Amino acid sequence: MSRSALLVLADGRFPAGGHAHSGGAEAAVRAGRIQDAAGLESFCRGRLHTTGLTSAALAAGAAHGLDPYELDAAADARTPSPALRAAARRLGRQLMRAARATWPSPELDALAAAFPRGAHQPVVLGTAARTAGLGPEDAAHCVAYETVGGPATAAVRLLSLDPYQATAVLARLAPEMDQVAERAAAAARQGVDALPAASAPLLDLTAEQHAAWPVRLFAS
Amino acid sequence: MDRVSLRATARIVADADGGLPLLVSDGPLALRRTRAAGPYTRVTVVGAMSAPLGGDRLAIETEVRDGARLLVDSAAATLALPGRSTDPAAYDVRISVGDEGELRWLPEQLVSAAGSHLRMRTTVDLAPTARLVLREEQVLGRHGEPPGTLVTRLTVRRAGRALLDQELAFGPGASGGWDGGAVLGGHRATGQLLVVDPAFAEKPVESRLYGENAVVSPLAGPAALATAVAPDALALRRLLDEVLVALVPF
Repeated sequence: MSRSALLVLADGRFPAGGHAHSGGAEAAVRAGRIQDAAGLESFCRGRLHTTGLTSAALAAGAAHGLDPYELDAAADARTPSPALRAAARRLGRQLMRAARATWPSPELDALAAAFPRGAHQPVVLGTAARTAGLGPEDAAHCVAYETVGGPATAAVRLLSLDPYQATAVLARLAPEMDQVAERAAAAARQGVDALPAASAPLLDLTAEQHAAWPVRLFAS
Repeated sequence: MDRVSLRATARIVADADGGLPLLVSDGPLALRRTRAAGPYTRVTVVGAMSAPLGGDRLAIETEVRDGARLLVDSAAATLALPGRSTDPAAYDVRISVGDEGELRWLPEQLVSAAGSHLRMRTTVDLAPTARLVLREEQVLGRHGEPPGTLVTRLTVRRAGRALLDQELAFGPGASGGWDGGAVLGGHRATGQLLVVDPAFAEKPVESRLYGENAVVSPLAGPAALATAVAPDALALRRLLDEVLVALVPF
């Protein structure tokens, strides 16, 4: 594996459109569920161990070489919210564009051709990681990190939260991100049927509420 | 609770002629044929004793054969309690519904009492033209009590393909953040109502909000899922009943 390739893929400046999404943080802020760094931390921790684990395992599966069609169907079954399915495919499409330019490969071309409207983002990310010479753990780490990094960045913008405090939240979650990435990669090695399906009722519920807002700062 | 842990598997088989060729109670899972209000065969799970306790391994297997219409409900809530064993209790629900078959699986709530640890797994296999209404409700703790550890997994396949796969984990044995703003946000009850109907392939259900605490969403197949959270069991049931009336066309 190339540690530097992982940094390129995980970098918030990688032009894959993730900055437009709050990972549910915008709805949680509006509902008063994130008011400060402590609220952000428990939000991020919950997201990490639920959809974070599930998405990390999908990405690890793709990086491991599992069938992307089966992974995409598994992602659909694990995403009951249509707003979140749409966001995942939109992000997948944007990531695909960036990944094909960065690490051109027949595997990415084939995935792009099979899913013209976008595959689920973790499936694209795992395939891109594989193309970049990275492994399942790397892909899972990347997803675990963006699962909490997105809401943290959004909370800074939405609440004028001190960016030092937001970054300290991420640092405190680092050991749990490692655990989630390891669990995700271990599950992915056992095949699609062993993938976790951890989910979060409020994320599913508030994603639909958020999608109905007339004006919002973030796409999801 | 002072008894050794137990294993029990109850079985139900429903036929299109309204008959129940198999209706087998086992241990705490007592099954009774009861009078139905609609054109269904109805089976009620009668909790004959407190279960599941730590270490118990309980299962209910239900087969709804082609063309059969079955309603399964329960006489009381299922209460997970700590047992002598520190092992988690396991409760497996395995369901299959054949073509033109229909199952309404509407049990009472699952209550996770303080100190208990239950892993519940529900697996549903649907034929392409099968219909399903399935409700699950998780209540964290009896009144005013902290919850035990509760992990529930619901896996639904239709024509062999995954339609819904969802795991929920709450309580002291769950990973962190389960009570934070992403997962439960202080709510003490959550529930799902799943409706699968091949007719939704032509006319999909539209997303609909039920106040702040419930939403109905179309899945990626011909199905809709209601997701609800509530402060308690009663408020949760009120929400899901409202959804049930609005969502179930059959």
